[in-house]
Amino acid sequence: MSHISPTIWQFLVKWMTNFALFPPEASKIAPQMDALYFFIALVSLIGLTIVILLVVSFSILYSKERHPNAVQIEGSTLLEATWTIIPLGLFLVMFVWGALIYFRVYTPPANAMNIYVVGKQWMWKAEHEGGQHEINSLHVPTGRAVQLTMISQDVFHSFSIPAFRVKREAIPGRYTTVWFEATLPGTYHLFCTQYCGTNHSQMIGDVVVLSPEDFKQWLASSTSGASLAQDGERLFASLSCAACHNTRPDARGPSLANVYGAKLTLTSGQAITADDAYLREAILNPSQHITQGYAPIMPTYQGQVSEEGVIALVEYIKHLDSDYRVQQTTTTTDLLPEGGGKATPAGPAPAAAGKVNP
Amino acid sequence: MPDSSAIDHGAVTTAGDAHAEHPSYQRHHFETVEQQADASAFAMWLFLLTEVMFFGGLFTAYLIYRNWYYPAFVSASHQLNVVWGTLNTVVLILSSFTMAMGVWCAETRRRRGLVLCLTLTMTLGLVFLGIKTVEYKEKIEKHHVPGQHYSLQSFLDPAHDEAALAAGDKPLALDMARHTEIYFSLYFAMTGMHALHMIIGIGILAFMIFRARAGAYTGGHVTFVENFGFYWHFVDLVWIYLFALLYLISRHQ
Amino acid sequence: MSATIISLPDQSTARIPKMNYLTKENGLLSWLLTGDHKRIAILYLISITFFFFIGGALAGLIRLELLTPQSDLMATDTYNKVFTMHGVIMIFLFLVPSVPATLGNFFIPMMLGAKDLALPRINLLSWYLYVLGGILVIYTMVSGGVDTGWTFTTPLSTHYVNTNVLSTGMAVFIAGFSSIFTGLNFIVTIHKMRAPGMTWFRMPLFVWAHYAASILMVLGTPVLAIAVVLLALERTIGIGVFDPVKGGDPLLFQHLFWFYSHPAVYIMILPGMGVISEVISTFSRKRVFGYTAVAFSSVAIAVFGFFVWAHHMFIMGISNYAVLVFSLLTMLVAVPSAIKIFNWTFTLYKGSITFETPMLYAFGFMGLFTIGGMTGVFLGTSGTDIHLTETYFIVAHFHFVMVGGMLMAFLAGIHFWWPKMTGRMYPEKISQMAAVVTFIGFNLTFFPQFILGTLGMPRRYAAYPPEFQILNVFSTAGATILGVGYLLPVLYLVWSLKYGEIAGDNPWQATGLEWQTQSPPLTENFTELPIMDHEAYDYEWLENQKTKEVASAG
Repeated sequence: MSHISPTIWQFLVKWMTNFALFPPEASKIAPQMDALYFFIALVSLIGLTIVILLVVSFSILYSKERHPNAVQIEGSTLLEATWTIIPLGLFLVMFVWGALIYFRVYTPPANAMNIYVVGKQWMWKAEHEGGQHEINSLHVPTGRAVQLTMISQDVFHSFSIPAFRVKREAIPGRYTTVWFEATLPGTYHLFCTQYCGTNHSQMIGDVVVLSPEDFKQWLASSTSGASLAQDGERLFASLSCAACHNTRPDARGPSLANVYGAKLTLTSGQAITADDAYLREAILNPSQHITQGYAPIMPTYQGQVSEEGVIALVEYIKHLDSDYRVQQTTTTTDLLPEGGGKATPAGPAPAAAGKVNP
Repeated sequence: MPDSSAIDHGAVTTAGDAHAEHPSYQRHHFETVEQQADASAFAMWLFLLTEVMFFGGLFTAYLIYRNWYYPAFVSASHQLNVVWGTLNTVVLILSSFTMAMGVWCAETRRRRGLVLCLTLTMTLGLVFLGIKTVEYKEKIEKHHVPGQHYSLQSFLDPAHDEAALAAGDKPLALDMARHTEIYFSLYFAMTGMHALHMIIGIGILAFMIFRARAGAYTGGHVTFVENFGFYWHFVDLVWIYLFALLYLISRHQ
Repeated sequence: MSATIISLPDQSTARIPKMNYLTKENGLLSWLLTGDHKRIAILYLISITFFFFIGGALAGLIRLELLTPQSDLMATDTYNKVFTMHGVIMIFLFLVPSVPATLGNFFIPMMLGAKDLALPRINLLSWYLYVLGGILVIYTMVSGGVDTGWTFTTPLSTHYVNTNVLSTGMAVFIAGFSSIFTGLNFIVTIHKMRAPGMTWFRMPLFVWAHYAASILMVLGTPVLAIAVVLLALERTIGIGVFDPVKGGDPLLFQHLFWFYSHPAVYIMILPGMGVISEVISTFSRKRVFGYTAVAFSSVAIAVFGFFVWAHHMFIMGISNYAVLVFSLLTMLVAVPSAIKIFNWTFTLYKGSITFETPMLYAFGFMGLFTIGGMTGVFLGTSGTDIHLTETYFIVAHFHFVMVGGMLMAFLAGIHFWWPKMTGRMYPEKISQMAAVVTFIGFNLTFFPQFILGTLGMPRRYAAYPPEFQILNVFSTAGATILGVGYLLPVLYLVWSLKYGEIAGDNPWQATGLEWQTQSPPLTENFTELPIMDHEAYDYEWLENQKTKEVASAG
């Protein structure tokens, strides 16, 4: 937090906010970022004042009437060194301070509550773990770390909450994350800040910060019934993932219980942590993400499952701590005719007779 | 009315009158032919530097994607015909030799020698383009041109593809097979850009042959031929890199 | 303000010299097929002014739309096209060629004591490529425009718009080669065609600035070319280098694009800084303080400028460690610019200062560029960039450096060298007033945008929340004043061609070889090869010249 008197700080920020010159501070990181902002502003102001003072006073003192004969001065190494080293020093302070804040904003704590955000032209879809879905709005509680795991379905978008001082691009093809902890209940702007086509300026909404009790109420009242993980379980069954990913001794794929967060070794020898990004890639581009010891036979689901579907699957796998229910669905699939569900049966990719359209 | 240009402006002191005899091909803003030749050679080197930056972007993209999608790139590169590629390399190196000979002929004022060398260079360039056409045709027939008609067949089922069979390729999984399209995108972009530079070079060679027959380059003014030589050698060098990266890497696993 | 260093010949007897580069040959073809760097500079001046006013009109439309929170003046799609075309035209058709192609072309040979640039026909080709690029942009505008933003972000530009991306891409590609050839010409000329005695450290700082900018033009622009080629291929035949579904990566386009587009901003500003060096020196009658530091800082900006491009991508998903590296390098590149500001300030120390129009523009530059530069530090600092990027803070930042900085420097240069190029002076009082009007209008237009950005207003928005309206209204009001400030010079400069006072060889009593010849200059610049036997900005040498002339006349 800032080291200047809290009273002055409050006065400064509140006054500027009331005069619509400064956004409200509604997250834990906001005052930290503002402190840096004011520091840079102060240095800029001082620098500008020095330059203006010097230029104005030299212009007066050395105007042609006052000082008709110019004195040729080659330079001064001392001055050059001074105005190189001091700005450099100040800039480096800003660099370090800024880097600390940057890392803080983009390194979510382990216990953060996760909300998935999918951006598409021209709306934001937020999905809470309990299955609550929101469009162009985001309800969050105070006092709790909230992580946003984001992806875009089409072009680059950028999820921005000025009152929290956070912003992150949502791009197609990979997850991006940002986190915050809201501190002040209220409603704040949500903007898309990466130009994304016709209705870019309509891709806005509200971030509603509620007290923890109000948030619990909101969760209860807006659930559609199934949580994301339950949606994921349904998808897992309908895509016949359990045909390989089960606990049978001859299982063709690894069991997925407790795999989230585990350290895995891939067939290439590379050691990775099974996080959201890995799980997504393993579903869409499996050949490079096969666990060591298993044959590279997992087919890709690119084109068969949407980003929301992938999110549901990832959520499901995240919460999978036993294969009990997987066993149940395996047994059921066994009873169905061969190839039940949309996925291709296990085995090498069949040689299609004609052209394969990707 | 006195012409102000006649006033001595102080700074403009005379350095001796060097205008009197200068070759007809010396442009008026240069003081000596040496300065002119020096400046144009320097300009050509600078231009080639911009070409390096131009191709550099493509090479960077290639290296990144090759690192990411190694199996796809290996399989895709096996679809290129090393025989044609080697032949093309030999043809280009030969053409660089004939070009260098041409520069020597210009410098030693051998008009007929110069015309012969330039003609040989151009012919070899055309042979290169001919071979490239054959290769491109094959790619089109096998649906390896990126875009709407791109086919993954050769990579999903190498047993039924001559080139893949010969290289002993294993079938790729579908998602990895899709990445072969990136290889071919870069293949066509890089060799296409290179071919474009070849075509421009051949055009200039045609012009030069025409002028060389009239003795334009064997009267002492060799700069044009020399600078074009730099350009031609550069295009040759780019091909050698392309050949190595696209055809040769990982040929034998 | 009453003292002045303007020294004109006796107007009752003075005449424009009959033989000069403008009168040497007549007829349209003599202009369209010229090799004379001065004529090519004039051709460029006319064409970039033309495109500047188109870009300016588009800016006016933007500000008009933003008077109200709703997207009500024009369809949102149209607004998107307007700001895209504004960016494309202003950057590629105005800012990049502005000082180099007009003042650089005209004066670098003269400053070096040469008769022309090294490659006059390449110079002419460069202008034709520029014109071709411009025609393609006009074609784009009349056939429906393009609405991707001047940054052509993929996959929006490859798969999600139906507008004229290809023709704009082609225009940028071709205009890029115009820029490459200009830079190439400058580098060769500076290396190979300096007059005897003109060592590197006797060259005017204007030349040093252009040398640094030329390195950037030559090495950076080709990468933009390849980015555009790949973009076109992806858009037309779907090659997939930027498409995640096919395994490509849209961030690759960002890297390729910004690898050029960041050095591009230094291509734009360095020549302007060169102008400021000349103007401040002349109007304080002093050698630039720390000549060597200013010369080296230009080159330092060029070199460092190549290594900071990803600061445009801090929140796009590049790794935190990459952000560290690029943020640090960005801090380093900020230092040479600060050095220059201080060196110019101390050039005023113990000088003999007058406030003619070029000097007013130079002062404006110094204040506005300092603000613009410091706001760049806000953005290079990764922590604050998170909040400020993609908002109006960015818009304000780059307009401060490009318009408050570069455009002011361009106007300073035009006013400074106008007497040399045309032989005429413009009316001093009106021009000083225009400079002040521009300064006021500029601040009113763009300063509120810093506040808007801090509040979080995103850029490229046709509609915005109502609480942002007041600041937007201020901004639009300022834009009106700014427009007047830019229109006035066109009017009085054209007026001066017929009615302005005769300037004579050296109305500002400046050093520099270009001022030691007639105005307008001869086609071959000098009647005899100059010998450089004194340092740059040698005002004592100038005094000696004058006493010699007086003695010989008497």
